[in-house]
Parts: sequence; C-alpha cells; structure tokens
Amino acid sequence: MTATTIADAIRGALAAELESDSRVMVLGEDVGRNGGVFRITDGLQAKYGPDRVVDTPVAESGIIGTAVGLAIGGMRPVCEMQFMGFSYPAFDQIASHVARMRNRSRHRFTLPMVIRMPFGGGIGAAEHHSESNEALYVNVPGLKIVVPSTPYDAAGLIHSAVADPDPVIILEPIRLYRAVKEEVPDLPFDVPIGVARVERTGSDVTLISYGAMTKEMRWAADHLATEGVSVEVIDIRTLVPLDEATVVASVEKTGRAVVITEAARTGGFASEIIAVIQERALYSLEAPIQRVTGWDTVFPLRRTEEYYLPSVERIVRAARATLEA
Amino acid sequence: MRQILDPDGRLMADPPVDLATTRRLYRSMVAARLFDRKCVAMQKQGRLATYAPYEGQEAAQIGSAAAVAPDDWLVATYRDAAAMWMQGFPWESLVLWRTGDERGAAAPEGVPVLPPSITVGAHMLHAVGLAWAARLRGEDRIAITYFGDGATSEGDFHEAMNFAAVYNTGTVFLCQNNGYAISMSRKEQTKSETIAQKAEAYGVPGTVADGNDVLAVFAATTEAADRARSGGGPTLIEAVTYRAGPHTTNDDPRRYRDASEEHEWARRDPIERVRRYLEANGAWDGAWQHDIEVTETDVIEQAVAAAEALDVQEPEAMFGAMFAETTPQLSDQLAALRETR
Repeated sequence: MTATTIADAIRGALAAELESDSRVMVLGEDVGRNGGVFRITDGLQAKYGPDRVVDTPVAESGIIGTAVGLAIGGMRPVCEMQFMGFSYPAFDQIASHVARMRNRSRHRFTLPMVIRMPFGGGIGAAEHHSESNEALYVNVPGLKIVVPSTPYDAAGLIHSAVADPDPVIILEPIRLYRAVKEEVPDLPFDVPIGVARVERTGSDVTLISYGAMTKEMRWAADHLATEGVSVEVIDIRTLVPLDEATVVASVEKTGRAVVITEAARTGGFASEIIAVIQERALYSLEAPIQRVTGWDTVFPLRRTEEYYLPSVERIVRAARATLEA
Repeated sequence: MRQILDPDGRLMADPPVDLATTRRLYRSMVAARLFDRKCVAMQKQGRLATYAPYEGQEAAQIGSAAAVAPDDWLVATYRDAAAMWMQGFPWESLVLWRTGDERGAAAPEGVPVLPPSITVGAHMLHAVGLAWAARLRGEDRIAITYFGDGATSEGDFHEAMNFAAVYNTGTVFLCQNNGYAISMSRKEQTKSETIAQKAEAYGVPGTVADGNDVLAVFAATTEAADRARSGGGPTLIEAVTYRAGPHTTNDDPRRYRDASEEHEWARRDPIERVRRYLEANGAWDGAWQHDIEVTETDVIEQAVAAAEALDVQEPEAMFGAMFAETTPQLSDQLAALRETR
C-alpha cells in the first residue's frame, strides 16, 4: 500500500483492467501519446499499444457512437470525454443509444461500456471547462452514474464500472485529481455502485454531497465540530442508483439535512436528494432541509470563480440554519 | 452511375449473378413489396402505429443485403425492413415492432442485426464500432449500415465516415438516396453533385449505383464488402432510388413534389425491370409469379398473425430491461404501477 492521488488511482485501475481483460480498451482525445489532458492515461498506450489505448479524432459523438458498436461487438470500451462541458456533442449518442440499447432490444444487445468525464470547477479553467451538469445525465433512464471523491473510491469504482454489464458514467472531480492522497490496497478491488459512504457519524445534522464539494463538506464538518455540533457526513458516491436507504437512515437519526452540490440550483441533483428525504423521512425532520449549490448562472471565469462554488461558510451557515430552526 | 439492367430489363453490362440467383433476388423483392403494402394497409386499419414505407427501394435494400455474409453486422433504420429481413430478421419481429412492441426490435439469437435506428444518422457510428471490434477480435466480419440522403447532413455521418477511414474499419456505408429528407429534396440538402463524392473528403472510395437496379446494387456492394473483408477499409455506396410513397403514413408528398415526378420514377420500378429481364431469358412466367405471390403472402400473413397473437408485455418487461440487475428505485416504481392496475 502506498499513498496515491485520485489521478494515480484511476490510472492504476485502468491499467489493471487493461492488464486483466483483453477486451478492455481506452479511447478518447489525446489519451494515448499525450496521456490525456489530465495525464490520467499517461503511459497506458506505451504499455498496451495504440489498438487498446486509442487516440481519437476530436469528435465526442464519434467516440461514444463507435463505443456502442465496440461494446456490442464484444469489446469493453472505456471512453474519456475530455471535459464534461465537451460531452454535449455526444449527448444524443448517450441519451438515445447508450442508455437504451438493452431496453430497446429487450436484453439482446447490452453495453458494458464506461464513460469518464472530468467535471467541476475550482481550477481557474477556461469557459466550458468547469461544468457540473450531471443533472442532464441523471434524468436519462438507463445510465448508472458514479462520482468518486477519494483515491480508494476512484480505483474501486473504476473496477466496478468496467465489470458492470451496463453503461456507467464516471464523473471525476477535476479539483481533487491531485488534491488528496490516500493509501490504496492492491488492485483490483470493488467499490459497489449504488452504495453511499457514511464517512463520519454524528447526531445533530447530516451533510450530504459528492465530488469535489466533499472537500468543503468535510471542512465545514470540522468547523461545526469545534462549535460542538455533532455532524454526520455522507459522500453519496453514486448518483444513479441513489443509495436512498443510507440517506434516509441518517436523516431519521439527525433530523436535519444539508445537501451540497456545485451544480446549478434549479433542477439539480440536490433537489432529487431532498425530494427523497421529504418523501421518506419528513416526520423525522426538525428543520427545513437546506441546499447549498452553485447559482443559476453561467459558471464564471477564473477571477470570480469563488463567487460560484459553495464555500465552507455557506455550508456552515446552512447547517446552523437547520440547528436554529 | 453503375447500371446493369436498364428500366426495360435490358442488360447494359455483364450481370454479377446467374439467372437462378436473379430469380431469388426477384422473389425477395416481391416478398418485400408485399410486406410493405401489408404494413401500409395495417396502418390504415389502425393495427400499426405510424409506418414508413419503402416501396420503390426494394432493389437498394435486397441487392445490398444479399451481398454480405450471414455473419456480417447490419445496422439500419426504420425504413429498412427489407434489408433486415434479408439478413435474417423475421417478418414477425418486423411487424411486431411496428405494432408498438419492443420485442420486435430484438433480433433472434444469431441474427447480427441491431434494432432499427430512429434517430437519423447516429447508428452509422455503431456500424463503425462493430466492424472495428471484429477487426480487433480477429473475426471475419464486416458491417453494413443503411441510411438515407437526409442522414448525410447529420454530423454523425461525417464522424462515422471519418472514424471508419482513420481506423480502417470494414464498414459498408449504403446510402439510399431516395430523393427526399421528408420534404426537402436532395438538391436542396447539399451542394454536392453526388452523395458518393463526399467519401473523397474522408479518403474513402465512393461509388454511385442505380439503386433501382438490383444487379448494380449487388455488384457495388459485393465489391465494397470484399474490400472491407480483405482489410481495405470502408466504402460509401450511393444507391440512387426513389421513395414511391410518403415519408410516413402521416405525410402527404403532394405538399412538396409533383405527381409527374412520381410517374417518371414508377417507370423505373426496381421489380418490373427484373421481371422483364427474367422473362426475356425464359426465367419468368405468370404461373411462377402467381405461385411466389401466394406463398410469400401466406408467409407474411402468418407472421402478422403470430405478432398480433402475442400477449401484451407485462410491466416487468419495461422495468426489467433497464439494467442487468434492477435498482431499488425501479423495483419501487414497478410496485407503484402494479398497485394501480
């Protein structure tokens, strides 16, 4: 066991899949010789060759559309969208074909394929490079969507996603690629899809988030602890299918919930989590559920980026609001 | 434009197949037209949802599908029942899907045909991926994909042609240029002189065939399939044909084209010219025509009856086909639906 970043964990997990299953292939823009713009696939083409780690033309629909055929044809493609904000040209392939092939063909054709999308802001990137539009994909039935926020979960979810018989989208928090280190056991190991992780137990309020905002969530929990608040912290890790039971059990215990996402507010995934709590744990609530989200604005450029992303202070204030209600 | 049989059934070049094979192609086209007309009739009777007829395009579909091997992938659209049937997709499934039942989109085990694509153009990429996978896995298989002139305006056509060329996939792109993208004529859609010439931009061979000449389509597809199979990569075939009927049963072509144009194309009917050719060579007579029409009609009627006799799917089929293993949400939702019916 050695301490590793999320970036290294994903690379290691992809290498392990390429090593153990000759059907696995990686394809995307600049993933080969260049090792990907985030260097996630660095060295993989040199080791596994250009047929298995494929540099593609700049054509997101082409990547996903050919992967549909590759998967039906017996391969296990792992596609990289260079940034989530560049995935929209592939949206038709994802929504109209990737998500539906099993249903449309009544199980005759299935798509064991993975789509990796670096997502989220906080790195001062150019326009379109900071998007957190997971709600677009969450509302498409037929996709599983996972979001690791630790090196361990990243490696385990890559393994689970590649092994899954159905399409899985992995949202990778750009801001955390190299921000955290953690010891990761020998590969491969499994982090089950559809299971949230309670990473801190408490009794006063439940904080719920995923992706890069888990960092602010943990800091907020630390801060609240100094004020004597007992905080439960949940990284939900999988958006679809959501682990409702873990969320509901926690809120039934604490009676208070704050849901944190960096996505825009209206129709965002926070709304779905809140709806589930409302449906299943309303009578346990001591206070209205709070959500801390990005705004309904275009994601700003570097100099005003901090206006947009939920801060520790906003999370702490939201938690206090539930405690003071 | 490659032509082997002129509209009067006279040979303009050496035929690629003998008379016995031509008789089989003819019979398949007759069956395909019977099926198409049956579906139009069923739609008028309210037994099918909207139907997209292919009358006039039988040679383009039958001639091309006959030129690929039984193992080759075929990826087509809602208007390509004849091509799908030639590759082993049963009439029963083809009519079942059009009654509004997903089971009809599922090829039987061993039939290498994807469900028909309704999104225009997206499926061409799937055919590229299938041929690519076959090459990577060392399988002796190619893929043929069907689309119309309208689909060549889609970005996915460009991406599919480009990927096929870049990765040298054994993909045959079979464009049925039937003159219209619903209401927009071929000349209005693109300034290109031909659809086939678009191939040149991708470094892919492009060829134009008389799409109403089953022998020309067969010959062009055979060449393209041979090239694909031998590692020569993709080919774009433009089969110039004409949609004799409306875009779908909800459409009135009078709004965008003249009857005179339809009459002109009726003279170039893909079936009649083969009949004349066969008759001139002593390989057709009225008794055989009667026999194949009766037999093929009976086969189609039985398929229709079998499709209509199937019980409506239970809700489990809808929820159960989302993932290999269902989710708690889907189980809850199925239970909720069950409570109300």
